[in-house]
Amino acid sequence: MNDEPRILALCCHYCAYAAADLAGSMRLQYPPNVRVLRLPCTGKLDAAYILKAFEHGVDGVIVAGCLEGGCHFQEGNLRAKNRTALVRQMLEEAGLEPERLEMFNLSSADGPRFVEIVQMMTDRIKKLGPNPLRSAAWNSIQSPEGTEADSEMGSK
Amino acid sequence: MIVAHRKHVQELKNMLAPHRRILVLGCGGCVTVCLAGGEREVGLLSSALRIAFKLSPPNPALERNGAQEVDEHEIIEATIERQCENQFIEDILEEVEKADAVLSLACGAGVQAVAERYPTKPVYPGLDTRFIGILEDQGVWAEKCIACGKCVLGIYGAVCPITRCSKALLSGPCGGARDGKCEVSPDIDCAWQLIYDRLKAIGQLDKLREPAPPVDWSLGHEGGCRKLIRDDQRIKTDS
Repeated sequence: MNDEPRILALCCHYCAYAAADLAGSMRLQYPPNVRVLRLPCTGKLDAAYILKAFEHGVDGVIVAGCLEGGCHFQEGNLRAKNRTALVRQMLEEAGLEPERLEMFNLSSADGPRFVEIVQMMTDRIKKLGPNPLRSAAWNSIQSPEGTEADSEMGSK
Repeated sequence: MIVAHRKHVQELKNMLAPHRRILVLGCGGCVTVCLAGGEREVGLLSSALRIAFKLSPPNPALERNGAQEVDEHEIIEATIERQCENQFIEDILEEVEKADAVLSLACGAGVQAVAERYPTKPVYPGLDTRFIGILEDQGVWAEKCIACGKCVLGIYGAVCPITRCSKALLSGPCGGARDGKCEVSPDIDCAWQLIYDRLKAIGQLDKLREPAPPVDWSLGHEGGCRKLIRDDQRIKTDS
């Protein structure tokens, strides 16, 4: 039974994904539990993406976008802020901890901040424990270390 | 339009718990516009319900079919153009018949229309229907009409004193208003201030000179559940 948290990071192309890429270039170490998904802008984020992720057993979700006022598409990150708040409320109503989901704003130059965010969320999710919706089948085949999927976004 | 708001997920989960296969049915009308019960909201609510059901303890009342990893509750999603129209309700006949229960995200009228169409199928409301109103600002809907049955908007510059005046006064303000706000709450505009400003702007202040007769409340819902019959729309064949 694999208890390593699986965290999805929904990152905007212009800031958060660039910051994550910079963290890699800087050879900064961070936990391998995060899966980065690139969106053109966090404004593309549909609340359904997050709810479906939790429905399918993801333990935590990070939504990472540009600094407020600095969104490449003007107010995409503000829309994402509202949608994230809505999903947190729905998660709480459904009985799942809303702390499993959080939105962060960072600049593309801030590789260390990306690492800080991932570290913080990984620690938080470890304390909260795995998503009760994870099925046994999911646990046995999807391990954070040593699968083909991990070779794409280098974590070491 | 009719403005409604989603019920709490736990309240819905408790209502739907005895049923295995649930159809969450959205409506493309008013509830889509007020972001409560349209296709998108059906998707979000269905996800939230699946999460809520999986988090709750197993329900021994549900029939077991023997498989290990089968969900106790199966949630199907669908949205139709309008739930207050038989023509559209018939479109989802198959889905309704396959379901054990329907969670309707329409206004109260739509929920009942669906229930009347499928008399042996439990139909539950997913929303609380609030009022007839319009969008005033991003994310802000306000009540404008209480369907009193005898519209007097022509006299009052298209501002309804029956709906928007806290006291439903028809012959002028009460004197309790301060800075254009009602004495009941500073969130409520004084309808009479609005009426005065509008009538002045359109040059019809003289309409306020006539004292108004009292409202005939029997024409509104206070007189009982209402029906409107239009004989000109009914075809009678003599046989």
